[in-house]
Amino acid sequence: MIDVRQLSYRISGRSILRRLDLNVERGEVVAVMGMSGAGKSTLLKCIAGLQQPTGGQLFVDKIDIARMSENELNRIRRRIGMVFQYAALFDSLNVYENVCFGVRRHQSLTEREVGEVVQAKLSMVGLPRTEELMPAELSGGMQKRVGLARALAMEPDILLYDEPTAGLDPITSATIADLIVKTRDETGATSVVVSHDIPTIKRISSRIALLHRGKIAAVGSVEEMENSDNPAVRQFMTGSTEGPIQITR
Amino acid sequence: MVWSPLRWPNPNSTGPETMRDDRNRQQGRPGDVVGEILHDVGDELAAVVSVPGEITYHTFNKFFEFIGEFSTLLARTIQFIARGAIDIRDTLNQMAYIGVASLPIVLITVAFSGAVLSLYMSQLVVRWGIGSYTGGVVGISIVREIGPVLTAVVVAARSGSAIAAELGSMKVTEQIDALRALAVSPIRYLVVPRLLAGIVMLPALAAIADLVGTTGGYIVAVVNGVAGGGFTNTIKTQVLPYDVIMGMLKTVFFAVVIVIVGAQQGLRTTGGATGVGKSTTNSVVISIVIIYILNFFLAYVMFGGRTAFL
Repeated sequence: MIDVRQLSYRISGRSILRRLDLNVERGEVVAVMGMSGAGKSTLLKCIAGLQQPTGGQLFVDKIDIARMSENELNRIRRRIGMVFQYAALFDSLNVYENVCFGVRRHQSLTEREVGEVVQAKLSMVGLPRTEELMPAELSGGMQKRVGLARALAMEPDILLYDEPTAGLDPITSATIADLIVKTRDETGATSVVVSHDIPTIKRISSRIALLHRGKIAAVGSVEEMENSDNPAVRQFMTGSTEGPIQITR
Repeated sequence: MVWSPLRWPNPNSTGPETMRDDRNRQQGRPGDVVGEILHDVGDELAAVVSVPGEITYHTFNKFFEFIGEFSTLLARTIQFIARGAIDIRDTLNQMAYIGVASLPIVLITVAFSGAVLSLYMSQLVVRWGIGSYTGGVVGISIVREIGPVLTAVVVAARSGSAIAAELGSMKVTEQIDALRALAVSPIRYLVVPRLLAGIVMLPALAAIADLVGTTGGYIVAVVNGVAGGGFTNTIKTQVLPYDVIMGMLKTVFFAVVIVIVGAQQGLRTTGGATGVGKSTTNSVVISIVIIYILNFFLAYVMFGGRTAFL
């Protein structure tokens, strides 16, 4: 479903992604973990077509989107839902208007049908009867769930999650993690989750990829990664300060 | 002090210059001391000379970068408008914000500017016995210059800054990316309604400002001994519909500057709250500077061949 080949991204003379390869099968939940600043969010934004790679190919359902124009990308983006790190809800619009934002603009539905979509998606994320609230009135966890409802409203084939549990307490994090799995089960959407929250990753992932020095250093199932001989993987999975991954800045 | 291999020899280096320098230092020849001083002076001069060079380079670089971004944003906004990609509800909301909400401050500034102009003018011309000409002078000044320019400056400070701040905070909180992820163009959704609102509301604001500014001038002129009838008569004879229409037309150009500069500064914001602050300040400064420069050229083209009674 998503095939990343030799993807590079450079900005201000600094290489963020270096000839990175990653393949995500239809219906999988692949977690990409890595150090802060390793380029996880950049990879996700390249897949969503929000940042243009400086090299390589990026196939979404066999279509290379790496060199597409903004107009061409808009057709692909309708099939991709993105959940942002801090939800990125439109703060001048209430929950209802946020959730139906894309639907209203891209689908010819009556206002009643739009209302039904909003209610269904808000119920799915466990936030019924919150339509009239403004984003500032929601907690961090609620904002993320509204962000997911907004992405789900477009019925996407692919869901991209940027640090879905960052800054949340363990119980809310577990709720969000379960919601990611439930969403995959109910919609069959292919999901890429960027995170460095190991408990969440273990809870949701079909496979885990470790992003290190701009490349995918290792990919495997949760068990494979836990039993990996790769010292970088072992260090990351155990959260040890001893190992090949060192904080240099 | 600029680093120099002669002054600070690298201990690991065995280069000929370093060795020679060390040798000369040990022998303490007076000519070499002079050479070293001259070398230091040269370094200082180079540093001093390079500063304006660097500033010039960065200024030109930023200037052309701005021109490029401004033109691209304007062209893409016009493309959407030409295709009819206009949200009427958003445009009306922006018209209320940019136009109606700016009205009180525009009226106050233009009314008092007309009043102070009339104060000086009437005191002068009444002494010469041509007090009624105050009306013509104040009228021409307000409809051609004070009304349009002050309206634009006030809207730039109030609404241009708000556009930069709103779009800037949307950029740093990833709301702009969220729009794009939902296959909605930020230009179509955010810039088009604001530009249309500006283009419609600024001329309307300027027209009301003209009326209120002239009224302010009238009141002060009458208090200073100018005959009310004479004041209005010279306005009727000297201020032509052409002056009023061209004055209002100027504000269409100013509206384009205010909205596109505000949007351009907002959409290029990086660096959190500090970045939003910088974009907001830049949008006001750049807009006002362009408004004044553009005003000269517009005045030259519109009124250059027609200097009325003056």
